[in-house]
Amino acid sequence: MLRYALKRLLSLVISLAVASVVIFMVIEVAPGDPAQFMLGLNAQPDTVAALRAELGLDLPKWQRYLSWAGGMMTGDFGMSYTYRTPVSQMIADRMWVSLPLALYALTLSTLIAFPAGIFAAAHRGGPGDVAVMGATQLGVAIPNFWFAMMLVLVFAINLRWFSAGGFPGWDGGVWAGLKALTLPAIAQALPQAAILARVMRSALLDVLGEDFIRTARAKGLSRRQALWRHGVRNALIPVLTIIGLQFAFLLAGAIIIEQVFYLPGLGRLIFQAISSRDLIVVESVVMLLVFAVIVVNFTVDLAYAAVDPRLRNRT
Amino acid sequence: MRGRRNLIAGAMLSAVFVLAALVSFVWTPHDHTTMNIPAKLRLPDSAHWLGTDHFGRDLFSMIMVGARTSIAVALVAVGIGMGLGVPLGLAAAARKGRWIDEFIMRGNDLIFAFPSLVIAILITAVFGAGAVNAIIAIGIFNIPVFARITRGAALSLWERDFILAARVAGKSAARISVEHILPNVGNLLIVQGTIQFSLGILAEAGLSYVGLGAQPPTPSWGRMLADAQTLVSIAPHLALVPGMAIITTVLGLNLLGDGLRDWLDPRLRVART
Repeated sequence: MLRYALKRLLSLVISLAVASVVIFMVIEVAPGDPAQFMLGLNAQPDTVAALRAELGLDLPKWQRYLSWAGGMMTGDFGMSYTYRTPVSQMIADRMWVSLPLALYALTLSTLIAFPAGIFAAAHRGGPGDVAVMGATQLGVAIPNFWFAMMLVLVFAINLRWFSAGGFPGWDGGVWAGLKALTLPAIAQALPQAAILARVMRSALLDVLGEDFIRTARAKGLSRRQALWRHGVRNALIPVLTIIGLQFAFLLAGAIIIEQVFYLPGLGRLIFQAISSRDLIVVESVVMLLVFAVIVVNFTVDLAYAAVDPRLRNRT
Repeated sequence: MRGRRNLIAGAMLSAVFVLAALVSFVWTPHDHTTMNIPAKLRLPDSAHWLGTDHFGRDLFSMIMVGARTSIAVALVAVGIGMGLGVPLGLAAAARKGRWIDEFIMRGNDLIFAFPSLVIAILITAVFGAGAVNAIIAIGIFNIPVFARITRGAALSLWERDFILAARVAGKSAARISVEHILPNVGNLLIVQGTIQFSLGILAEAGLSYVGLGAQPPTPSWGRMLADAQTLVSIAPHLALVPGMAIITTVLGLNLLGDGLRDWLDPRLRVART
């Protein structure tokens, strides 16, 4: 197990290093000089040069990469070009919107998908199964931002149960914050729930075909008991993997949903930074999201191996 | 057979979508760029089958022309994924366990680790918004998908007797890959291609919605939705029409993919029912 964990850890570090180099290089070739952009077209050349020196833009590329990557390891993401505040501070502020939103959506998705998937598997081939599977087909075909618009139309504009967008902050109380995140979370959760329900169903069907289910039935457990005690628990392994992937996806995918609801999260931060050529913010947020995905995958892999020793020998 | 029904329903929905795009080259009910402000925000009627937008443009015509954009972007993105992913997968399988296999698969893992949407946004942001950059951004993420399934299927084929026979006959690994492995993974690639195609349509819509996909005047379903957003309270059909177009198309392609899989691989029929 330790050997496996170390191997995965090494590949985690390599992935992060390569990812950071790729992101840095992509940003490097971006047209437009941030210093020029900040000062406007009429700025004097020596003013621009002075600002470039102040921002460290005149240093060689490898030196700037090292200071960026090295800084991130100590939590120092550098200074925003436009806002003149530490990038880490900006990210931390936005994180308080994006992270709860992702967790909220993930919770909803799981709460919907588990019963739906288990129900469909338990009634395989029946009308209930067909209905659930049909609903999931529809669910994966719906773009979440369109679904978000429809939710706004019905629940915010017509019924007035929720506001159409914006975020009051957590200072106004947890309830107000959660309420503002409810429609965005539902919009993100339903398409994800459709995928998760399908995974749950097929994982459970695989397990239900195993001999130990027959043994459980033979020793006198009812179908329902065998399903819950032995079926669902064993089906959870592939399901948890997908949940891990979905969390990362939800965090990154919130970019578009945040646009629909005008939420001040990481997604809006990225778009603002892109339009104002605040490249250090762009690269830091992207790196952070990639970091989240890689670490979540790593954790899932390890948890997997801890539960199922057979997987440790696979690479 | 439920599978057969999926296949037929999916094929029909997909055909409608492709037909709409093709017909739009020679005929649309109205010119999709002609503005007619007095006739703006009309609900569907006999003159405008799906109504008009805030400039009085005919939505039905815009949907037809928009289908072209969706097809073009998704198709080329699948082409990029297959064109690069399949050879990489074949090479990795032919050299299983060697450094080239290791290199290709680790590269795949790395691309998988990037949140695709974030990178698509990064690419379009850095190199400029537009259909071409959207295609590249979506296409890059198709490469590991095709490489992985090609490798997986090819690995099991390499164990088979007819491949051994070909090796004994003195064929090179490259020739075996092209002549024997590739035809046998074809079905799998068609099914996966259909699925990636539908994902590509969703991705294009998303990128266009945030303004990073096809630029005006190229019509696109995603941008129609973005335009509709501020008007959704007074003219919900502006959002409903493109939304329904996306949903039925993606649904059709997914059903087609599922149906094809069941049809092409009878073994799965038993396992899936």
